Amino acid sequence: MTDRKRKFGTYILSFAGLTVLLIFLLILNINSGSVSLSVSEIWAVLLRLNGAGGDNAETAFRIVWDIRLPRILAAMILGGALSVSGFLLQTFFANPIAGPFVLGISSGAKLVVSLVLIFLLGRGIFVGSAGMILAAFAGAMISMGFVLLISGRVRSMSILIICGVMISYICSAVTDFVITFADDAGIVNLHNWSLGSFSGTSWENVKVMAAAVFATLFLVFLLAKPIGAYQLGEVYARNMGVNIRRFRVQLVLLSSILSACVTAFAGPISFVGIAVPHLIKCLFRTAKPLVLIPGCFLGGAAFCLFCDLIARTVFAPTELSISSVTAVFGAPIVIYLMIRKNKTFA
Amino acid sequence: MAGDSLISGDYIYTEHMAVGYGKTPLIREIELHVKRGEIVTLIGPNGAGKSTILKSIIRQLDLLGGTVYLEQSPMQKLSEPQLARKMAVLMTERIHPELMTCAEVVGCGRYPYTGRMGILSREDWKKVEEAMALVHAEELADQEFSRLSDGQKQRILLARAICQEPEVIVLDEPTSFLDIRHKLELLTILKDLVRRKGVAVLMSLHELDLAQRLSDYVVCVNGDRIERCGLPEAIFTSDYITKLYGITKGSYDGRSGALELEPVKGTPRIFVIGGNGSGIPVYRRLQRSGIPFAAGILHENDMDYPVARALASEVISEAAFEPIREETYQRAAALLESCGEVICCLDRFGPFNEENRRLAELGREKMK
Repeated sequence: MTDRKRKFGTYILSFAGLTVLLIFLLILNINSGSVSLSVSEIWAVLLRLNGAGGDNAETAFRIVWDIRLPRILAAMILGGALSVSGFLLQTFFANPIAGPFVLGISSGAKLVVSLVLIFLLGRGIFVGSAGMILAAFAGAMISMGFVLLISGRVRSMSILIICGVMISYICSAVTDFVITFADDAGIVNLHNWSLGSFSGTSWENVKVMAAAVFATLFLVFLLAKPIGAYQLGEVYARNMGVNIRRFRVQLVLLSSILSACVTAFAGPISFVGIAVPHLIKCLFRTAKPLVLIPGCFLGGAAFCLFCDLIARTVFAPTELSISSVTAVFGAPIVIYLMIRKNKTFA
Repeated sequence: MAGDSLISGDYIYTEHMAVGYGKTPLIREIELHVKRGEIVTLIGPNGAGKSTILKSIIRQLDLLGGTVYLEQSPMQKLSEPQLARKMAVLMTERIHPELMTCAEVVGCGRYPYTGRMGILSREDWKKVEEAMALVHAEELADQEFSRLSDGQKQRILLARAICQEPEVIVLDEPTSFLDIRHKLELLTILKDLVRRKGVAVLMSLHELDLAQRLSDYVVCVNGDRIERCGLPEAIFTSDYITKLYGITKGSYDGRSGALELEPVKGTPRIFVIGGNGSGIPVYRRLQRSGIPFAAGILHENDMDYPVARALASEVISEAAFEPIREETYQRAAALLESCGEVICCLDRFGPFNEENRRLAELGREKMK
């Protein structure tokens, strides 16, 4: 009893800590950028909710509302989605280093989105947010299909990851090739997107991504119980009443939708899906899906806000791609996990 | 729990069951019957298909033919959650749950009874505690599962199965990797569960001696078929087990369940006079040193007799409860004469082994 109470206390404290961190990063993010605004100016903007009150205030309002806030919200929602997607894939493959990026799912989504965009934009057809998500989802499912084919044949977790990375390279190479030779002016932006970035997010984008991500997260939350059972392995999960075939399909679909949303709006973002679930597990000292799903979402949101802050500010006015920043923080964690895994399971 | 009308009938049984991997059946026409309060054990050589049968029954593998019945109705008709309330498993797959305490692993057994979110109620936690007490693992409750030893892990997984409040438990070689103390503990817990709660148990075991003592019914799986089934008395005979496992080196003794290595072949170089257990260590030492020997004169109900039969190149014996006949003595004396050495393990002789005393005298003369 005491142990369970103590654990519950850890959960509450950790959630509180994450929320505080997130709010702190949120303020920091609103406050930093190429145009510096004072805290009072930002408060004024956020509280008044209108642009009246002089040119300066008008500019500040535009910067905060039209540029910074959508970008911040996108970083939070997509970062969270990516972490949850990573957590689902790790559960699915029973492998702590599985994630949408290393398994090539993000890159598959990227490839199909690029192809669709180039094809349709070349014909002057505008592609909306929902269309982007659909294209990304198709790409994610194609990569996922390959990964599943491979995972049916190889038992070794490291080989699965290596295959995923290879799939990812192939997709990226094809994407680069297509983008390089597409000459339409509208496609120039694609290059930035294909490296991964939260910039240029509109409110319309935010609405669509929020709807898609939160609906998916709700469904993921409903799967918390079978996910928990699945952590004991397939045999025992089945014995506890989980319909394994249906559950696996659900898990694949939901994790693909989440990573597709991310890729559709921000391009491929590396390592968040592995690093954040690991950090969150360390923080909460548990792997319970009921705790980890919201925990990963909050953690991913905070992690991406932090990385986006660095991407925007460190070499300002030049912006880094978000993937380079997440890789710097995420890759060492992956290396650490691989070494630890070797130790315990070898 | 037991005592209803089902106690007399089979709780789980199969009809014309065919199992295998992929499309081609490995074993056909399997008829298994397990009653409540009964332990049915599958034995057979490695790769004979014991695990395949168990995996098919727990629906890990698709049936390739026939039907499994649970309480008179086909099991295929049950949904996963329905089945989960009736059947629990303990399989050989190793699990690596991250950051889970033992109480949490055991608590997973309550999943079929919890709501949508899988949150355990106070009563559920109480059942977890009871199950852990049953396997004597209360002190492990707050420890992380992945740090336990194999024996502890197996106990916790058994507690998980118990916690599921099943009517039948299926276990695949539950005692592999355990030392003898933990083997005995685990099987004692299981037997207790069967007696007290009237659970039906279907399992596979590698340890013939334990299977012989524990099982109410034994099913022998060999390659492509169920070769034989019956009460342990009928199955564990030296001849049948030797045949089932294709034993060519060494031997199996049906009465004691003991295994002996192959005897050293050749004409006996040493004659060992034994009886009442005194000969066994000497027989074993000679066998290890690779020296062929003869043993005598042993009554066929002497505890030395089965070991001598397994290890000596020649045994001079007398029927149980009979005095040693002169004819038997003469044969032993002749054999002793042909041996280079004599070892007498006895230090006292009674009226019924007077002939052994004479043999010992003879030996002493010879060794001078």
